[in-house]
Amino acid sequence: MSKLLLLGDEAIAQAALDAGLSGVYAYPGTPSTEITEFIQHSKQAAEGNVHHIWATNEKTAMESAIGMSYAGKRALVCMKHVGLNVAADPFMNSAITGANGGLVVLVADDPSMHSSQDEQDSRFYAKFAMIPCFEPSNQQEAYDMTYDAFDFSEKYKIPVMLRVTTRLAHSRAGVERKTIRPQNEIRLHPNPKQFILLPGNARVYYKELLDKQTHFVAESETSTYNKLIDGPNKSLGIIASGIGYNYVKENFIDTPCPYPILKITQYPLPTEKIAQLLDECDAVLVAEEGYPIIEEQLRGLLNRTGNIKGRMDGTLPRTGELNPNHLAKALGIKEVHGPAIPEIVVGRPPALCFACPHIDSYNALNEAMAPYGKGKVFSDIGCYTLGALPPYNAIYSTVDMGASITMAKGAADSGLLPAVAVIGDSTFTHSGMTSLLDAVYENTPITVLILDNNTTGMTGGQDSHALGRIGNICKGLGVEEEHIRIIKPLKNQHEQNVQIISEEIAYQGVSVIIPTRECVQTLSRRMKAKKQHML
Amino acid sequence: MKIDIILAGVGGQGILSIASIIGYAAVKKGLYMKQAEVHGMSQRGGDVQSHFRLADYEISSDLIPLGKADLIISVEPMEALRYLPWLSADGWLITNNQPFVNIPNYPDEELIKKEIDNLPHSLMINADQIAKDLGSERSANMVILGAASPYLQMDFEALENAVSEVFAKKGDDVVALNLACLNAGRTYAMEQIR
Repeated sequence: MSKLLLLGDEAIAQAALDAGLSGVYAYPGTPSTEITEFIQHSKQAAEGNVHHIWATNEKTAMESAIGMSYAGKRALVCMKHVGLNVAADPFMNSAITGANGGLVVLVADDPSMHSSQDEQDSRFYAKFAMIPCFEPSNQQEAYDMTYDAFDFSEKYKIPVMLRVTTRLAHSRAGVERKTIRPQNEIRLHPNPKQFILLPGNARVYYKELLDKQTHFVAESETSTYNKLIDGPNKSLGIIASGIGYNYVKENFIDTPCPYPILKITQYPLPTEKIAQLLDECDAVLVAEEGYPIIEEQLRGLLNRTGNIKGRMDGTLPRTGELNPNHLAKALGIKEVHGPAIPEIVVGRPPALCFACPHIDSYNALNEAMAPYGKGKVFSDIGCYTLGALPPYNAIYSTVDMGASITMAKGAADSGLLPAVAVIGDSTFTHSGMTSLLDAVYENTPITVLILDNNTTGMTGGQDSHALGRIGNICKGLGVEEEHIRIIKPLKNQHEQNVQIISEEIAYQGVSVIIPTRECVQTLSRRMKAKKQHML
Repeated sequence: MKIDIILAGVGGQGILSIASIIGYAAVKKGLYMKQAEVHGMSQRGGDVQSHFRLADYEISSDLIPLGKADLIISVEPMEALRYLPWLSADGWLITNNQPFVNIPNYPDEELIKKEIDNLPHSLMINADQIAKDLGSERSANMVILGAASPYLQMDFEALENAVSEVFAKKGDDVVALNLACLNAGRTYAMEQIR
């Protein structure tokens, strides 16, 4: 079969389909979004009736995937690293119940925080939950490991994590496919007791999970994904995990690497192989993309041997993604640099699009808030976070999905008034509804702006579960109808919008303002499609 | 054989179309390829780049090491300069000379041109104008690709075929326009080389 040119994300999606996937569950999040989108556009998925609709958030996605697995079918759940924080409850507990049909949890980490608020390393979560983790180093491995992960999951009845990082997720290369495996039939577990986590059951299956650990380590020892490549110069050994391996190899294109290399792409760690490398070599350099999780374990609390090098001793940078030059420096290889960037070159930060409705919302909000001074607007995760930048300088905080409303509530509770939240429509249904209920329950004097652009904008315009529902959701949660105000964020409505926002800020209870206008990106895409359809 | 290219521009300017056409031609030729793209937040009018690598051996890193890029192909002149540390000693910089100004502190255009002219191997082209004259400014990226084509170690015909294939879904007119832009860019570059 000829090779397909696929993003790492697309390779994962294709592999899941070829492995007999019955459903993908996800909430959009860079750099994981393209996996679900690939399945949504796949003919193969449509023919197989593979579930592919976006979930409300990562927790609901994870739970649906668990349900599909319990029914005996293969399920994939995809999220960005911080999404796993949202899904952590079902994720952790699914390790104890175990899987029935193959259950693969794909987490895409974002070292260097290209599109994220932190660079947390999901391998810690895999270790925390005590489940196996695959960490592909290239697109072909992303395909192969996804395909194998489903088998592994069914062999040991355990959810398996697949961990990628931005660079692999968004890089394209040739990928060879395997044979297509049919989907599982519905097949109930002979002993569903393990799916009922009453304390009495949970204690039993937690022990079973602990017993599985030796098998997982044995699998890692013999796995072809973990290989020890010998080298003559034992003054240094290299442990390279995931795409860290590529950056090591990039420095040895013309000459073979003189040092032994242990490539690790399957966890738990293969302890015997690591021991062999440590015994053979005077020192060990650990090159891993993300937090120094392997390095920290090898050093131990006291770093007694002092011969482990990596991100913790400054041999490699402590933060951010790796690159070939970091490894060159660490290995004492001479680097070449092109000309320096001329001083006239200035930064070009991302900005709200031309004619974006958020611009008009922020302009109106800023004017309405002017009498009260700065520091009273709490925001959220989405395009509108760019309201932090000039010329708006409109917001005081952004932390996590849905937090704007509850941060405003906490501020109001503390006496900081007025307190305003700015949240997008999709983020609101993702994690903001319960926050709003807290405020309603106490009738906290906050004003919530739900910027409704009819889509999940930042990740590329995916459907929003809030579409056409926001007013009713707020009403259902108990916001008084006269304090649910829908406005149109347009320049020619500015005065009126300022007036409405000012009124609601003055109101001593929960008020919601819903500036509603479609995202200019999805609008122009829709118009283009319409035009093409008419031709 | 290897060729490493940094593709540069501003989110929405079409650098990924350039990449997909070179990629299509390369894969037909049986070359190994890796192409790292930028998705997500930066696409909103921020600076974007793609590391594009071709070789007749398996490529390891998705990222090009500093000082190893054979080409910087840019659809925006200031963005071209942002990636100079990647340019190899005999590498070429091919760029549109039309600035995309969406920031208040955009530098003096003349200073940018001077910096580009000072490089040992550079080529600037008014791709916007050429594309506009041929039918649509939106195809400026194909003019740039045409201008870079003499440096790609690839048959021009293979690129033309790739343009036809990649744009086929959008209709014959779009294919014809993009082919015309590709050719115009190449013609301009060949004249400059001479």
